[in-house]
Amino acid sequence: MSLFTRSLLRATTRQPFTPTTTRILPPTSFLARYLSDSTRAAIDNAVASSPVVLFMKGTPEFPQCGFSRASIQVLGLQGVDPQKFTAFNVLEDDELRQGIKEYSSWPTIPQLYVNKEFVGGCDILMSMHSSGELSELFEKAGVLAPSEESESTSSTSEAEKKDSTKTE
Amino acid sequence: MAENSGITAEILEQTIRSKLEATYVSVVDNSGGCGQIFEAVIVSSQFEGKTSLAKSRLVNTTLKEEIAQIHAWSNKTYTPAQWEKLKEKEAGGA
Repeated sequence: MSLFTRSLLRATTRQPFTPTTTRILPPTSFLARYLSDSTRAAIDNAVASSPVVLFMKGTPEFPQCGFSRASIQVLGLQGVDPQKFTAFNVLEDDELRQGIKEYSSWPTIPQLYVNKEFVGGCDILMSMHSSGELSELFEKAGVLAPSEESESTSSTSEAEKKDSTKTE
Repeated sequence: MAENSGITAEILEQTIRSKLEATYVSVVDNSGGCGQIFEAVIVSSQFEGKTSLAKSRLVNTTLKEEIAQIHAWSNKTYTPAQWEKLKEKEAGGA
């Protein structure tokens, strides 16, 4: 296992989408574009691939946009269980990049799904993080990493200090 | 992405004011002039009784064409009551 796959939010950037190298479309064309059944089905699968799914630019280790980076950080702070998390890099697939916007009726990336339900983009994550709604949501969804001191909210507990797999 | 989207903070602000009946709008262009990165704060009574997701959806739908042309769009949405509370909090030095 490489160092990168053991980081806080592992790089499970799965690729159910066949590469679409010959179909790079100009960004303005997606408004008029029809979300094909195959794209919709592929996104259905992606959304259902884990309890927590983030569509982002870049990977958890190397986010390629500040908004995606901030979202990954929030998921880490919240203590989302890496086993229950999958990230999809929209930059690897133009069909996904445009399709997910239409699928979610949401114009920007990142986009967070919890138990197949759309939660929101970066702004919403940030406000839900500071209001406490996000930890409530994750708690209810049962997606937080198990910890020895489940009541402890300290980010620097002994257990975490010892855990060399966490990089943040 | 286009080098210059042609979208300006003023255009966005006007659209938000007229279509969302916003009582307060602030749109900041963080793109350094290329017209692609915007941050908005919007206060409107149309947000009453809506969740953050529903509020943002309303804004995104209203500005669908404009957002499609820019690179990054961020918005904070408040009802007039939420906005008053926020201002009080800030004034109180909290």
